[in-house]
Amino acid sequence: MEKKKIEVSELRVRYGNKPALNGVSFDVYENEILGIIGPAQSGKTTLLKVINRTLELTRGTTVEGTVKLDGEDVHTITDVYGLRRRIGMVLPLPVGLPLSIYDNVAFAPRTAGPRKKSELDNIVERCLKQAALWDEVKDRLDSLGTKLSGGQQQRLTIARALSHQPEILCLDEFSIAVDPVTTMRIEEVLKTLRTEMTILLVTNLVQQAKRLANRTAFFLNGALVEIDATDVIFSDNPANQSTYDYVNGNFG
Amino acid sequence: MKILGKNRGTNVPLSETVIELFIRLCGISSILFVFGIFFFVFREGADFLFGGLDLGQFLTSPEWYPTSLGNKRYGTLALILGTFSVTALAMLLAVPFGLGAAIFVSEFCSPKLRETFKIIIELLAAIPSVVWGFIGLTLMNQLIIKLFNAPIGLTMLNGSIMLALMSVPIIVSIAEDALKAVPDSYREAAEALGATRWQLIYRVLLPAAKNGLLAAVLLGAARSIGETMAVLMATGHSVNIPEGPLSWIRTLTATIAAELGEVARGGEHYQVLFIIGILLFTITFAVNLIADLVIKGIRKA
Ligand SMILES: Nc1ncnc2c1ncn2[C@@H]1O[C@H](COP(=O)(O)OP(=O)(O)O)[C@@H](O)[C@H]1O
Ligand SMILES: [Mg+2]
Repeated sequence: MEKKKIEVSELRVRYGNKPALNGVSFDVYENEILGIIGPAQSGKTTLLKVINRTLELTRGTTVEGTVKLDGEDVHTITDVYGLRRRIGMVLPLPVGLPLSIYDNVAFAPRTAGPRKKSELDNIVERCLKQAALWDEVKDRLDSLGTKLSGGQQQRLTIARALSHQPEILCLDEFSIAVDPVTTMRIEEVLKTLRTEMTILLVTNLVQQAKRLANRTAFFLNGALVEIDATDVIFSDNPANQSTYDYVNGNFG
Repeated sequence: MKILGKNRGTNVPLSETVIELFIRLCGISSILFVFGIFFFVFREGADFLFGGLDLGQFLTSPEWYPTSLGNKRYGTLALILGTFSVTALAMLLAVPFGLGAAIFVSEFCSPKLRETFKIIIELLAAIPSVVWGFIGLTLMNQLIIKLFNAPIGLTMLNGSIMLALMSVPIIVSIAEDALKAVPDSYREAAEALGATRWQLIYRVLLPAAKNGLLAAVLLGAARSIGETMAVLMATGHSVNIPEGPLSWIRTLTATIAAELGEVARGGEHYQVLFIIGILLFTITFAVNLIADLVIKGIRKA
C-alpha cells in the first residue's frame, strides 16, 4: 500500500458563503479502505462530491485547493463524464433508477458508448454477483429496479457503481436505510473488492470503520481532525481527544 | 348514517362532523353534476336517437344537410374527421414543442429565467379562445395565404396552430410538474454514473416522469377536442372530408355552437345536435379511459 491513489491538498469548499471544508489535506493509498467518520454536517459528503466533480452541479459552490487522482488534478480533466465513471458512488439512500434491474446496471457502460448485448450481459451478471444480488434477481432482470426491497436496491446501487470497473469506490453512509443483515452482506462484499479497487467508506457507524478500514479519518465541522491507522484511531490514545470522544460515543 | 362515515365513538367534536359532511357532499355533488349533464344532453337527443335516426348514416356519411327541404341528411363523418384531424395536427405541433419547453424550463433554465418563463406561459394560458380565433381569422389567415399560396387561409392548419398554441401552456405546466416531481436522488445517481445532461434526460427523467408526461399530452388533446370558438373561426367552417392541412374543415363542437341558436327547440335538427353532444361525450370518455388503461399498464410493467 505505497502508491498514492488520491492526493487531497488544502481543499476548501463553500456553498455560497457557508464553508463546508476548511483546508483539508490527506492521501488515499491504492487498494486500501479508508474509513471516513464524523458527525453530520462535517463535510464528508461534500468531500466525495469534490472527488467525482458532482459538486459543480450544485449552484454557487466554490472549490479551492487540489484533488489529484493518480497524480492528475481532477479539475483539469476535460472528460468529466469519464472521470465520474472511474469512480463508483453509492449514495446514502438506495436509489434504484426507474429502469429494469438490467438497465440499472447497464446504465454507466451505455453512457460511455454503444455496447454489444453479450458484453452487457456479462457486465450485468458480473456486477450483480459481486454485489451479492445475482441469486435473488437472476430470473427477473426485466422487472423494475425500484420494485426491489430497500436492502436489495442498495446492493443494486453497488452493482451499478461497479459496472464500469471503477478504480475507486465511494460509499456514503450506505447502511443508513438498510437492515443489519444486508449491511453485513455488503460489508463482506467490500472485503472482497478491496483487492481490486480503492475504497472510501464514509460511515455513520464507527464500528463499521473499525471492522473494515485500514485507516480511518475523523472529520469535524469541515476540518480533518485526524487520520491514522484504524487501530490507532480506535485505541485508547489517538492523537486527538475529540477523536477518542467521538469514537467512544461520548461526544457533544 | 353511512354519509357521516364510520362510527368513531362519541368524542368527535361536532365541527369535525360538519366539515366531514360538507366535504363528502362536495365530492358526491361533483359526481352528480357529471351525471346530471349527461342525463340532460341524453334526454334532449334521446327521442330521435332511438326513433328515426339512422345511426349507421350518422356515423359514416359525410353528408351533413340538416336544413335541406326535400332530403335532410345527418351524416357526421366529415365533422368527426374534422375534429380528429385538426386535433391530431395540433398535437403533432404542440407535443414536441410543449415537452421541449417543459424540459428546457425544468432542466436548463436558471431559477430567474424559469420564473419569467412560467409567467409568460401562464399569460398564454389566460388568452380567451375567441381571441385566438380572431388571430386565426386575421393574422394567421394572411400568413397562410402568403406562405402556401392558398386561396383561403382559414384551414385545418390554421385551426391546428391555434389549438396548439392553446394546449402548449397546459402541456408545459403539467409536464414541467411531472419532471420536477422526479426525485433529485435519481438525478444525483445518474450524474454520478457519468451521464451527460441529455443522457440524464432521456434515460432517466423521461422514463421516470412518463405517467405525468402522458397525462400532459392527453389533457392537451382533450383541450383541443373540446375547443369550439377558435376552430369555428379559424378552420373555414365548411363541411368537407379533410384531405390535407390546407383543407377547410368543420368540427363537431363548432357545428353545435354555430347551429344550436338557429334551430327549432325539440325538432329533429335540434336533437341531432344533442346527439353530437353525446358523441363528443363518448369520445372524451374513451380518451380518458384509454389514458387510464395506458397509465395502469405502465404501472404494472
Ligand atoms: N447543497 C447544499 N447547499 C448548501 N449547503 C450545503 C449543501 N450541502 C451541504 N451543505 C452544507 O455543507 C456542510 C457539510 O455538509 P455535508 O458535506 O453534507 O456533511 P456530512 O456529509 O458530513 O453530513 C454542512 O454545513 C451543510 O449544511
Ligand atoms: Mg452526508
